Amino acid sequence: MEEFDPGQNAASIVSVTDRVRPLAIGMPVTSVHFLGEIAAFVGAEENVALAGADGAISLAPVHGGGILCAACDGSRVLMGGDDGKLVALDRQGEVALLATDPKRRWIDNVALHPDGAFAWSAGKTAFVRGGKGEDKFFEVPSTVGGLAFAPKGLRLAIAHYNGVTLWFPNMAANAEVLEWAGSHLGVVFSPDNKFLVTSMHEPALHGWRLADTRHMRMTGYPGRVRSMSWSAGGKALATSGADTVILWPFGAKDGPMGKEPAMLAPLQARVSMVACHPKQDILAAGYSDGTVLMVRLNDGAEILVRKNGGAQVAALAWNAKGTKLAFAAEDGDAGLLAL
Amino acid sequence: MPESSSKKIPVTVLTGYLGAGKTTLLNRILSENHGKKYAVIVNEFGEIGIDNDLIIGADEEVFEMNNGCVCCTVRGDLVRILDGLMKRKGKFDAIIVETTGLADPAPVAQTFFVDEDVQKHARLDAVVTVADAKWLNHRLKDAPEAKNQIAFADVIVLNKTDLVSRAELAEVEARIRAINPYAKLHRTERCQVALSDVLERGAFDLDRILELEPEFLDAGDGHDHGHDHHHDHSHSHGGLKHYHDEDMQSLSLRTDKPLDATKFMPWLQNLVASEGQKILRSKGILAFTDDDDRYVFQGVHMMLEGDHQRAWKEGEARESRLVFIGRELPEQIIRDGFESCITT
Repeated sequence: MEEFDPGQNAASIVSVTDRVRPLAIGMPVTSVHFLGEIAAFVGAEENVALAGADGAISLAPVHGGGILCAACDGSRVLMGGDDGKLVALDRQGEVALLATDPKRRWIDNVALHPDGAFAWSAGKTAFVRGGKGEDKFFEVPSTVGGLAFAPKGLRLAIAHYNGVTLWFPNMAANAEVLEWAGSHLGVVFSPDNKFLVTSMHEPALHGWRLADTRHMRMTGYPGRVRSMSWSAGGKALATSGADTVILWPFGAKDGPMGKEPAMLAPLQARVSMVACHPKQDILAAGYSDGTVLMVRLNDGAEILVRKNGGAQVAALAWNAKGTKLAFAAEDGDAGLLAL
Repeated sequence: MPESSSKKIPVTVLTGYLGAGKTTLLNRILSENHGKKYAVIVNEFGEIGIDNDLIIGADEEVFEMNNGCVCCTVRGDLVRILDGLMKRKGKFDAIIVETTGLADPAPVAQTFFVDEDVQKHARLDAVVTVADAKWLNHRLKDAPEAKNQIAFADVIVLNKTDLVSRAELAEVEARIRAINPYAKLHRTERCQVALSDVLERGAFDLDRILELEPEFLDAGDGHDHGHDHHHDHSHSHGGLKHYHDEDMQSLSLRTDKPLDATKFMPWLQNLVASEGQKILRSKGILAFTDDDDRYVFQGVHMMLEGDHQRAWKEGEARESRLVFIGRELPEQIIRDGFESCITT
């Protein structure tokens, strides 16, 4: 058998495809974020498409070129571009210029702290602007691959080649370096602040238990891990990169050390995006063949949100209450599901 | 695999030792009226005097893959920049990567072999090396980087030919040919070369690995051969002096008997696994026993890619040809290994 019959596939599981409000974004999309009840679809270049609950779409011009990174805290989306600018887009659709790189270097990464502080990077330099508006910067030995704020305190993880630097922007103390050979491209803290996980250039994750910097190797992926999402409460880390959702257990004090990950929602396509529900043990998964599924974490039960046959799913997000799911494929074919 | 290659963005790697004229060539490519738009990845921002929002400064960040192979190095910055550039797909036709004068081209090329995201959107078109006719001979003696760049090249732009005599030019060309007899060579002043000779070459396109003949045997190349022939009797052979470079050579293998695929494939894989650090480039067109399709492959150090290309044509000689360019190649071991793969 060459591939699943989509008709059969659709019939065998519960489907909510008829409850999805389709949206034609009309441009390639790279991520989606909820600003309150508005879904902000970040384009590959220049614009963000704002979709209200009624499905009306308006465009907000944010960059004069490619949009390289985005982060959202529910009240604003911060974006960095290849125009050397860092901008913020708020719920009213207002765009504010936050920083301009004097050499017009690309703004490769951005991160938001719950208290309003934010970080960005250009080349080897990571910048932080705290509540007082004063910029601090830190240079790492190679180009920054990813940024993440710790859930507690003002502490920034800066991923780069051969490890991660943990920096307290408001303290004079030396930054701590967690070493592991290779190129680290994405970085996340566990919500309980006990673990740090990076996605690497090769198809693997690397983790550290922060208390004793013990290493955790998470390998076996056929492709690079582009998307990571913590389950509600942080008991598990869901990841893309395989033909199933790979779910690493982080509930115990040793994290996933010595444990097998759960493998949910297998399809004959690569998982490209994952987004865990903010309150319940449910996740949404997007696939390279355009499929979007909702998956229950404890038993793997699936609900079909979008049938296969489209472009790769490039964006997935829940609103803060967990009542809405937004998704978009690379080509801008998108949808909103209200639960 | 090859059917989608035409939609991928071609990437030209521009190398050359310090002062050879890379920037001159780049400025020409960017300023000439050819109706195409290029995204350019450069090391030194300031050198390009042209306003273009698609000129990106890069730090050459080479890192080893975590696969235990020391020569599996890739350009991490390139992975990141190509990923970012793909967001602006449609705004440019091709990409040019300029390396520093001291760079080894291998990590750039290998980036295209190992990174699946890069492979999805972009394809390596050719390695173009600009060489200084006046100084290359010296650099080949004292700068291993310069030799690497010549050995790796698909196209060599031998520049500043107006600064050397005819004899010096013949000398430097012979030195180049001793290292790399397969690259297309163009003699230029101020990099005045037709852009079609350096761009859109398809040198890494498996479908176009057709001519594995040494370039200097091509009838169409070089009008000076006949002329030199009359004057340079002592060391010439077909018009060109023959040198042997002490540490960088090319090795060509050929047989008109079919190869046993079950022996050849493991042999080739073992060869590049054990000698891959020495082998800079490899290419081949293969005829296997009981196989009506031509098989083509190419490699950079330990990385290989290959595929059935097309059926052998009626009347076409079913001949296998392989070429290796490398440093201190264990010639006899390679020849013996190859012989043992011939179906008897």
